[in-house]
Amino acid sequence: MSAPLLSAHGLTKAYGSRLACAGIDLDVTEGEVLAIVGESGSGKSTLLSLLAGELAPDSGEVRYRMREGRTRALADLGAAELRRLMRTDWGFVRQDARQGLRMAVSAGGNVGERLMGMGERHYGRIRGQALDWLGRVEIEAGRVDDPPSQFSGGMRQRLQIARNLVTGPRLVLMDEPTSGLDVSVQARLLDLIRRLSAELGLAVIIVTHDLAVARLLSHRIAVMRAGRVIETGLTDRVLDDPEHAYTQLLVSSVLAA
Amino acid sequence: MYVAVKGGEAAIDNAHRLLAEARRGDPAIPELSVAQIRAQMALLVDRVMTEGSLYDPDLAALALKQARGDVVEAVFLVRAYRTTLPRFGASVPVETGAMTVERRISATFKDLPGGQVLGPTFDYTHRLIDFALAAESECEPAAEAEPRADAGTCPRVTDLLAQDGLIEPSPADDGAPVGDLTREPVDYPADRALRLQALARGDEGFILSLAYSTQRGYGRTHPFVGEIRVGAVDVAFVPEELGFAVPLGRVRLTECQMVNQFKGSGAAPPQFTRGYGLSFGQSERKAMAMALVDRALRAEELGEPVASPAQDQEFVLAHCDSLQATGFVEHLKLPHYVDFQAELELVRRLRAAFEETSDAAGMQEAAE
Amino acid sequence: MSAAIAQRPEREPGYNFAYLDEGTKRMIRRAILKAIAVPGYQVPFASREMPMPYGWGTGGVQVTAAILGRSDVLKVIDQGADDTTNAVSIRRFFARTSGVATTTRTAEATIIQTRHRIPETPLSEGQVLVYQVPIPEPLRFLEPRETETRQLHALAEYGAMHVKLYEDISRHGHIATTYAYPVEVAGRYVMDPSPTPKFDNPKMDDCPALQLFGAGRERRIYAVPPYTRVRSLDFEDHPFRVQEFTQPCALCGASGHYLDEVVTDDSGGRMFICSDTDICETRVAEAAR
Repeated sequence: MSAPLLSAHGLTKAYGSRLACAGIDLDVTEGEVLAIVGESGSGKSTLLSLLAGELAPDSGEVRYRMREGRTRALADLGAAELRRLMRTDWGFVRQDARQGLRMAVSAGGNVGERLMGMGERHYGRIRGQALDWLGRVEIEAGRVDDPPSQFSGGMRQRLQIARNLVTGPRLVLMDEPTSGLDVSVQARLLDLIRRLSAELGLAVIIVTHDLAVARLLSHRIAVMRAGRVIETGLTDRVLDDPEHAYTQLLVSSVLAA
Repeated sequence: MYVAVKGGEAAIDNAHRLLAEARRGDPAIPELSVAQIRAQMALLVDRVMTEGSLYDPDLAALALKQARGDVVEAVFLVRAYRTTLPRFGASVPVETGAMTVERRISATFKDLPGGQVLGPTFDYTHRLIDFALAAESECEPAAEAEPRADAGTCPRVTDLLAQDGLIEPSPADDGAPVGDLTREPVDYPADRALRLQALARGDEGFILSLAYSTQRGYGRTHPFVGEIRVGAVDVAFVPEELGFAVPLGRVRLTECQMVNQFKGSGAAPPQFTRGYGLSFGQSERKAMAMALVDRALRAEELGEPVASPAQDQEFVLAHCDSLQATGFVEHLKLPHYVDFQAELELVRRLRAAFEETSDAAGMQEAAE
Repeated sequence: MSAAIAQRPEREPGYNFAYLDEGTKRMIRRAILKAIAVPGYQVPFASREMPMPYGWGTGGVQVTAAILGRSDVLKVIDQGADDTTNAVSIRRFFARTSGVATTTRTAEATIIQTRHRIPETPLSEGQVLVYQVPIPEPLRFLEPRETETRQLHALAEYGAMHVKLYEDISRHGHIATTYAYPVEVAGRYVMDPSPTPKFDNPKMDDCPALQLFGAGRERRIYAVPPYTRVRSLDFEDHPFRVQEFTQPCALCGASGHYLDEVVTDDSGGRMFICSDTDICETRVAEAAR
């Protein structure tokens, strides 16, 4: 098995006396979809912020295998390097599209921003790429000049995905990307995420409270409770044959509901 | 043949002469003296000193006369004059605990050492126009205060609370030099000393409205007026060659200490926190508003979410100064012919393009 | 000495030469030196409260005061003209407080303080052009926070700047920014050229004169040293273009100058004349000879 793309070792973060994350170890390999599941307050969003380098851990580290092959600790990257990594090799799809998009800028401008940030200075090519990506996330070409404030919730999430994927990242973080959407819209979005991640060989770390989302998308699952990962394993194994009592409770409560 | 308008110089001169005439007003009415303004428009003078960052009642009164009573303009005159003054150094911190109080009230304790002293206040007056004032008349002399056993001792309410550890300690003087935002550029995030300077100089109306917004839920601070005190304090200075403090004189100040409820965070126990306001002369509204906004601006330090304007230091500090605000708003009066010409040309071009496309669409419709 | 240079006026006693005290001037000069060393970078400085309002040229006035020497010849323009009220007011301020000679002739000036224009007469080595700047931060309208914009400059993250240009083209078919058009200086910092029309942007590039920018209210000084590359932001397939006027100046007949539109009557009468009054008057006088 190849070296992991991203690995976390002993990640710990406390807010006052409350431990949001306690000694978390994680690995993600290229092309793998990992779901982090747990109830709200279990520390999964804090974990995602730590993995993304947005929060500094109290202890522990996150290591990432760069495009050129070297594995480096995020903490050792300078601010410039880290930000470049975030806008080229990584993507981050937010729960609230307003945090992930420029709401007053057209869909085309939203998709094109990363390209322009990387130095692309040809309007025609930027627009061409934007149109191509809108097509791939099933947004009609006619909407390219409309701002996301005129889009539905599902369209906004698909636009966020296009905005992130346009630079060909290898790792995408997703924070509850389907919550708050209608069931049919959710299904379409999940389908799209599954298809794109398979097609592009993306590694995805998705945080969700919804076990159905985890089952549909992920290869592996990590279950969090009170700041700790209490169980990890292949998705089918964890959901069909949970070992930890809490996971059993979580699975059965979904089944009962 | 068109000749470009000339004569800016003459126009400016004439406008200045007209201004001088308007300032004086009807010559049949006696001219106001600076001494009259200082004595009878005292609160206005205090405000000009506070926002002008210069304690000089005569200069503030003169500025008000020159400014025709326009507060912002008078502050402007005082500040521009202040720029030219040499700076010897910073005084020893004034001891407000040793203030000769003219007024001292607390909303948190019914009685306390030193007592509640109402002093000269509009509070509890009925705001009825007093037509007797229209006729210039002598006023009744004020009543003499009853002597009190504890007169002269007036400990700060916050010090009383601090004895029991119920309020956060007043930050100790760490000996580090205090920044001066009139001498160094502000670098965000600004520390509390710089924020307090900016608030003290800030426009009273703006600070007041921000303070009000925190009470209406935009960044609540759960305040109580621990104490407001007005009176004179000594100012002392340590000349380098002497090495000990020499008194320079006395200044009148208003100090407000807000006591704010705080439920504690992971790092700090539940205790009251402080908001601080200080102004020259008697400027209670300003000192209170300043204390509320000071406390709101400490949100980040105290681990509270920063979500409202009064908690956002870049927003507050960048916009509270009346001179910066009035200058930039009023600069719109300056000629903008060149930019406007550029925009005119653009709008014409866009309109031409718009008409072309709608004509084309119209023709297409007609053809269909 | 040419007739256009005014007699050296009397300096008003009671104020230091050029109003500011020498300590303040040194502080400003240190900021200027830093600005020249890092072209296009906004250097914070402790702007003083001047006797004219913020937004009326206090930044430019402080820069001029800091570099002004007794042998300098000063020209002050606003909208390209020497006789607009604010230009008159600032020129008088320096005449009163420094007693230096003033001029309306671009070629004779050693320091030119300007608001909204660059003179049409090409500048030469040894001249200094001082711009009055209202908002120095080119990223301000994309990001209101100083802490964030400083980070973006530090990391040279200018993608968002191009997003604005992209939006213009997608909406109008061309870049619709007409003044304060952002430039990249010496291949590094993106800079606001102050609200000059983009017509003047090419004059900033490879200019023999030193260009200094002062923003008093926002407390920033920045600079373009002589002979520095100044590139207006654009796209390869939508290159930067300046405004073009269809007719020549109605007074001096010049074409290729920036023109002001003057309303001559209340029935739609218009004429176009040079915004740079010095070059226009010089050409009219030459034609009369």
